[in-house]
Amino acid sequence: MARKVSTTRRASITALAWAVGLLIFFPILWTVLTGFKTEGDAYAIPPKFLFFSWTLENYTEVQQRSDYLAHALNSILLSVGSNIVGLIIAVPAAWAMAFSPTKRTKDLLMWMLSTKMMPSAGVFMAIYFLFQEFHLLDNRTGVGFVLMMSNLPILVWMLYTYFKEIPVDILEAARMDGATLFEEIVYVLTPMAIPGIASTMLLSIILSWNEAFWTLNLTTFNAAPLTYLIAQFSSPEGTFWAKLSAASTLAIAPILILGWFSQKQLVRGLTFGAVK
Amino acid sequence: MATQQTATAARLLVAPSVILLFLWMVVPLAMTLYFSTLYFNLLDADNMRFIGLQNYKDFLSDPDFIGALVNTLIIVVWVLVISVGGGILVALLMDQPIFGQNIVRLFVIAPFFVMPTVSALVWKNMLMNPVSGLFAWISNSLGLPVVDWFTNWPMTAVVIIVSWQWLPFASLILLTALQSLDEEQKEAAQLDGAGAFSYFFYIVVPHISRAVTVVILIETIFLLNVFAEIRVTTNGGPSTTNLPFRIFELATNANDVGGAAAGGVVAVVLANIVAIFLMRMIGKNLEA
Repeated sequence: MARKVSTTRRASITALAWAVGLLIFFPILWTVLTGFKTEGDAYAIPPKFLFFSWTLENYTEVQQRSDYLAHALNSILLSVGSNIVGLIIAVPAAWAMAFSPTKRTKDLLMWMLSTKMMPSAGVFMAIYFLFQEFHLLDNRTGVGFVLMMSNLPILVWMLYTYFKEIPVDILEAARMDGATLFEEIVYVLTPMAIPGIASTMLLSIILSWNEAFWTLNLTTFNAAPLTYLIAQFSSPEGTFWAKLSAASTLAIAPILILGWFSQKQLVRGLTFGAVK
Repeated sequence: MATQQTATAARLLVAPSVILLFLWMVVPLAMTLYFSTLYFNLLDADNMRFIGLQNYKDFLSDPDFIGALVNTLIIVVWVLVISVGGGILVALLMDQPIFGQNIVRLFVIAPFFVMPTVSALVWKNMLMNPVSGLFAWISNSLGLPVVDWFTNWPMTAVVIIVSWQWLPFASLILLTALQSLDEEQKEAAQLDGAGAFSYFFYIVVPHISRAVTVVILIETIFLLNVFAEIRVTTNGGPSTTNLPFRIFELATNANDVGGAAAGGVVAVVLANIVAIFLMRMIGKNLEA
């Protein structure tokens, strides 16, 4: 920011930017606030912004009525579990493609990415029947597998772009210094690869957490994550705004915080390295 | 490094991913293609038989299909216009020297992390409800007529909700692209006396056009698949049913597996048309 800008101009631009930012953020803020209201206050006209009797009863009730914790546990197991398995498969692949590329590596990467373009609804029936056949409906392993497969191309891609940035010279230097393969992996490669793997995992967890086609259609009870819990509030008679808000706040808070930490990686991951 | 041994090892390391993704792609697709040639109704499963391309004829000539296709396009086009147009404006604003830029950035990016079922229900109820919703109160306070969004303007409401989810994505990526604009180039333009408009059209636009293309293509892939937002707000209906939702309806409400599969193949073909362009963009970058 080397340009000289007058203070008034800077102040007015700042005010405008904050206004726009708050406007975009407002629905989330409103949800969080409504979660602390009584149902009566939630429907009040004129709306109560800050001066209402703050209460935590929605949170306890969401837990009692719709078992929030069980759904949250499913969300965690599905997103984290599918990603750990996904990484075990993706890390070696990305590693091999980054460090000993062949003529076909690029085509292979492009092909992997193309599998991500398949519309979920397009193959809905096929997956549903396969799941029925193998008794995987409403089963965590089954849904986790689908989430893992739909994120695998992104995992391989992101890891590949990170691994590509590790200079090969450093490996050779380590070898010249007499490092064994084991030492090379533990002391040289791993420290350089960990940040990339961590960012990849973060983005992929966010995507799995919010996935709402397969989780809505392949789960009903045992494996149902938070996306499913929230969808339950869509029936007209079941709409209690304060409880919906409390449940929503709990459902988005962890991922919002993770997301805020991973903004930079997000750009790279979601554009498959096309914008950095 | 590329000795015979390492090449074999590399192949072994890549194999699990390739095999899994290959099966993930081929098996469901082959099954879908197969189902699409069958008369296959779950309530009449004994009569399952080969009927060639009849499902495609039925699906494509069904007015509901045309409606669903039109709705799909409405969602894709309008959300793209709003999110990319708005995204450029937000990115330009955020690229200015502002106090607390990092915090504003957090506000702007936040909606992207909200799960689709949450954003749809929060907007539908607490904001757009015609009686107790916040928008109704604002309209009333300003003396304007209250809009009953989901009764009279269901598609507009869906477009607004989906745009809110994707505006942050466009803003964040375009901001990243803007920030990579060379500082010297900015100063040179200023020294040469470039006004705001010529600065925008001759410096900014060429610089971010690539990022805009990438945003459009990636959003299109996701927007063709919008499902949860429709499921929890209108649950279908002629004015908001898009292609994924139509396929879902055929499969679950009409039990018409053959028809749903034919619809699925159509959806796959449409997605592929977009995908080809996207892949070219990304492929070009891969060489650099």
